[in-house]
This record gives sequence, C-alpha cells and structure tokens, in this order.
Amino acid sequence: MSATTVAHPSWISTAYDRMIVELKEFFRSREQMIFIFAFPVIFLLLFGTIFGGQDLGDTDVTFPQYFLAGMIATGIINTGFQSLAITISIDRDADALKRLRATPLSSTAYFVGKLAQVLVVSVIQIAILIGLGVAVYDVTIPTSAAAWLTFTWVFLLGTAASVTLGIATSSLLRNAKSASAILTPVVLVLQFTSGVFVVFTQLPSALRTFGEIFPLKWLAQGMRSVFLPENFAMAEARQSWEHPMAALVMAVWMTAGLIVAVRTFRWQRYDDN
Amino acid sequence: MTPAISITGLHKHYGAKHAVDGLDLDIHEGEVFALLGPNGAGKSTTVEILEGFRKRTSGNVTVLGTDPHHGDRDWRAQLGIMLQSTSERSFLSAREALTHASRQYSNPRDVQETLEAVGLTEKANAKPQTLSGGQRRRLDVALAIIGRPRLVFLDEPTTGFDPEARRQFWRLISTLRSDGTTIVLTTHYLDEAEFLADRIGIIAGGKLIALDTPAGLRARATDATVQWKEDDVARFETTPTPTALIAELSSRFGGEVPELSVTKPSLEDVYLDLIGRVGDAGLDASEGAAA
Repeated sequence: MSATTVAHPSWISTAYDRMIVELKEFFRSREQMIFIFAFPVIFLLLFGTIFGGQDLGDTDVTFPQYFLAGMIATGIINTGFQSLAITISIDRDADALKRLRATPLSSTAYFVGKLAQVLVVSVIQIAILIGLGVAVYDVTIPTSAAAWLTFTWVFLLGTAASVTLGIATSSLLRNAKSASAILTPVVLVLQFTSGVFVVFTQLPSALRTFGEIFPLKWLAQGMRSVFLPENFAMAEARQSWEHPMAALVMAVWMTAGLIVAVRTFRWQRYDDN
Repeated sequence: MTPAISITGLHKHYGAKHAVDGLDLDIHEGEVFALLGPNGAGKSTTVEILEGFRKRTSGNVTVLGTDPHHGDRDWRAQLGIMLQSTSERSFLSAREALTHASRQYSNPRDVQETLEAVGLTEKANAKPQTLSGGQRRRLDVALAIIGRPRLVFLDEPTTGFDPEARRQFWRLISTLRSDGTTIVLTTHYLDEAEFLADRIGIIAGGKLIALDTPAGLRARATDATVQWKEDDVARFETTPTPTALIAELSSRFGGEVPELSVTKPSLEDVYLDLIGRVGDAGLDASEGAAA
C-alpha cells in the first residue's frame, strides 16, 4: 500500500479553476466590488471637481489627467496588495485556507489563481478609469506601440510586486482585523507621498525621499509616462520618467515580497497548532 | 495487511499539558472507526495530527503508509478531510463548491449523486447564506468524499443535524464502507458510534482507555437493572444476577411481580462508567485543552 501511483488533473486546469473560483468570490463580494471599483472612480471625480481643469504649472496637463495615472497606480495597489492581504487573512481566520490545504491543490496553483484574479480585476478597474478619463477629462489614450509596451511592463511589474507583498503581509499580520486596521493607514500614507493624491513635485523634499523608497511612487510615475504627453517628463522630479529606476525599485520589492511570502506563508491560523 | 493508520507512542504536549499522552492504535483498511471521548480528551488533537495539521511532540504515525507531517499532494489526493469547524463564509452555492472541489481530483464522484447522497439536491443552487448550519455541515461531508478518498476523516460530522439528516448520513457511511473506504470519525453521539463503527476507541486524558467493538463494549457491563413496583413505590436494584433476583421477587409476590422490567445498561452507561473511572483515578482529563 505504500507507494501508490496517484493521478492528478493537470496543473493548468487546477490553476484555471482556482482563478474562476477567485473571480466568482470577488464579484459576489459587495465590499470588495465597492472598494475596488467605486473607490478610485469616486476619488478621481472628487479631485477632478476640486481642481477643475487647472493646468499643472506651465504644462498643458490638467490636474485630473495627472490624477488619472495616480488612480490607476493606486488601484493596482488596492487590488493586488491591500485587498489581497485582507482577503487572505480573512480566509485564514475562517479556516478556508486550512480546508484548501486538506485537498490535493498545489500551492502554486492556488497563488497563480489569486494572481490571475488580481490581473483580471485590475484590467477592468483600469478600463473603467481610462473610460472616465476620456469621457470627462479629455485624457487621450496613447496610440503608439511603445506606450502600450511601457504600460504592459509597468502594470505587470506593479501588480507582481503588489501581490507578493500582499501575500507576505497576510502572513505577517496575526488576523484579519489587524490586517485592515494596519494596512489602510499604510496605503493612505503612501498615496499622499507617492504622487497619487498630491502632485509629487509639490511635496516637501523629505516626503519625496520617503515616497521614493516605496513602489507606489514608481508605479504612478510609470503610469504617467504612459498617459501624459512625452514632454511632461520635464516636469517630473528628475526631468525624466526614470524607467530603469522604476523597474528596479518595483523588482526589488517584488523579490523581497516573494522571499518573505515563501518563507512565512501559513495555511492555518496562528493559534491552530 | 498493513493498517491504514498506525500510531505508536504518540505524544502531543502543549507546555505542561499532555493533550495526547502515549497513544497506540492501528486502524485497518476498510474499517469504520469511531473515536469517542469527553471534550478536551485529545480526540481532535489526535485526528489533526493524523491529517497533517498538527506536529506531534513524539511517537510514530503513518497514515496510508506516509508520515502525515510529510504528507504530499499524492497523499492528500487519497484523503477526505472534514474539519470540526464549518465554513461560514462562502460565495459559492453547494453545487459550485462541489464542482470546483471535484476538479482537483482525477477520478471524482459525480456531483449530482453526491448532492443526493447528502440530501442537498433541493439546496444545490441556493445562495450559500441561506444554508442552515446542518446543511453547511452536510456540504462539508460532501466535500470530504467528492474525491473518492481511500480514507475519510470526519470530525464531529453530525453536530447540528436533525434526526432525519443523521439517518441519511448513517446510510451514506454504510455506502462508503461497502465501497471499501476507511472511515475515522469522532463523535459525541454514542448511538451513532454504536450504529456505524466496527470498532470504538474511547480516549480520555490523552490515553486510549478502551478499544473494542460496540458489542464488546456493551458486554463489559455485567450488571442489569431490575425495576418493579412494591407498595405503590417504584423500586429498582442493580445486580449481576437478575434472574436470581426475579426468582426471589416472584416468590415474595407469590407469582407476578408488578411492573417488572429488566434493562441491560446502554453503551452510554458503559461509556460514562469508563470515563468516570478515569476521572476518579485522578488522571489528567482536564478541560480546556485544544480539543
């Protein structure tokens, strides 16, 4: 009876199936839907209303156009980091992860299912924001292949960093209650210091330096390089979009998140052993 | 034949508390085994060690030939595990949950048949929030057996079931047993253990204090209770020789004894007696451990 050969369904099919489960759970959760889809839209409209069509300095970029890129960036963080960390913590508290662990599901299929869900939700969220930007704030959608190539790597790298950090954070926090209590202010501070709610170059230099440590600043700047005119680069902190630096900072955070996530991930509650 | 589960010298300590304190037990392939014991006796700790969810302090354990602490995907594909806690938070209907779960196995049971087996066909497509506690529990049973496991762990499976659902669950277990599935269940219900189990292990204070067939356990009770009515007062006497007592009563009354009855003790009486003896002996059967 020892070495029995056991057949398993293909990895691809189980990972795909996990993605479908994750998407169903997401779209049926009203709290998540509101947080992920309504929240960035409300903020974009709010900031657009407050600042109207004012131009930024002597550029021809308006405040709402600037904030659109920031909202896309923060949307990726909200979905991939904040919301992911909280839902994993909730699932762990409710023994849902333990239940999954009782099945032959492979860990990688579980995480890839989560990542795929985040990607799908983020694409929808970004499409909504861009649609709003075009309809209300005269944002022009880039047409060059180069711009979309930039969008693709900035989006994928930003999402990957968010997801590895989100999974890592879910394991470091003791339970779901502390997850939302701690993560909400953390993300809020980053939003103010990363050029999301406030134009980055208008921040005091100490806050700018602080913001530059974290990936949200680089994700937002990368998105501005896609959605704002080329010459706006001159109005950035270092008169450049700084793509290599953006890629480096996000990659470092992604790697750090991955290492912590792999080492600390738990399928069971802290008090369950 | 190699046993499905083999446990020797199992210990699990939480600080000074010995939740499992030297357990030896073999569970055979195809057997329905019930683990009984009061709260905090070490039942669930033992089962969770077998399921690979808890580390043991010492001792040897193999489950389907594998140390559960190193159980891999192949091993888990052969197990069906129903936890003691029920999933409260779900956005999937019973049918969806089962369909998705079934896709993790190469040869799963049919979803519709499984829904029927646990009596959830009418609630199959209902919103998960509308399921009662007992219905959720039945879904948990269905999820545990959907992958055609060789070995099923059911941790207090029928808590919250109405009597009809319990009978249905019992029939399901009989079907599984006839398919050759090994079943390990923990329960508080003695009638359930008596009806379902080939063997019963009674655990108290982290030790196995009895291991026998239901009939064997019952046979441990030698005394019977004789009841009758005398001078308009209900009387009873517990005796190892009820026939002699009745003969004596019969001669006293000169024939028929009013409202005479003889009862053999139930399994519950045997169980309470066993548990009581452990308590009296001052063994560590204290409450509040990770049950």
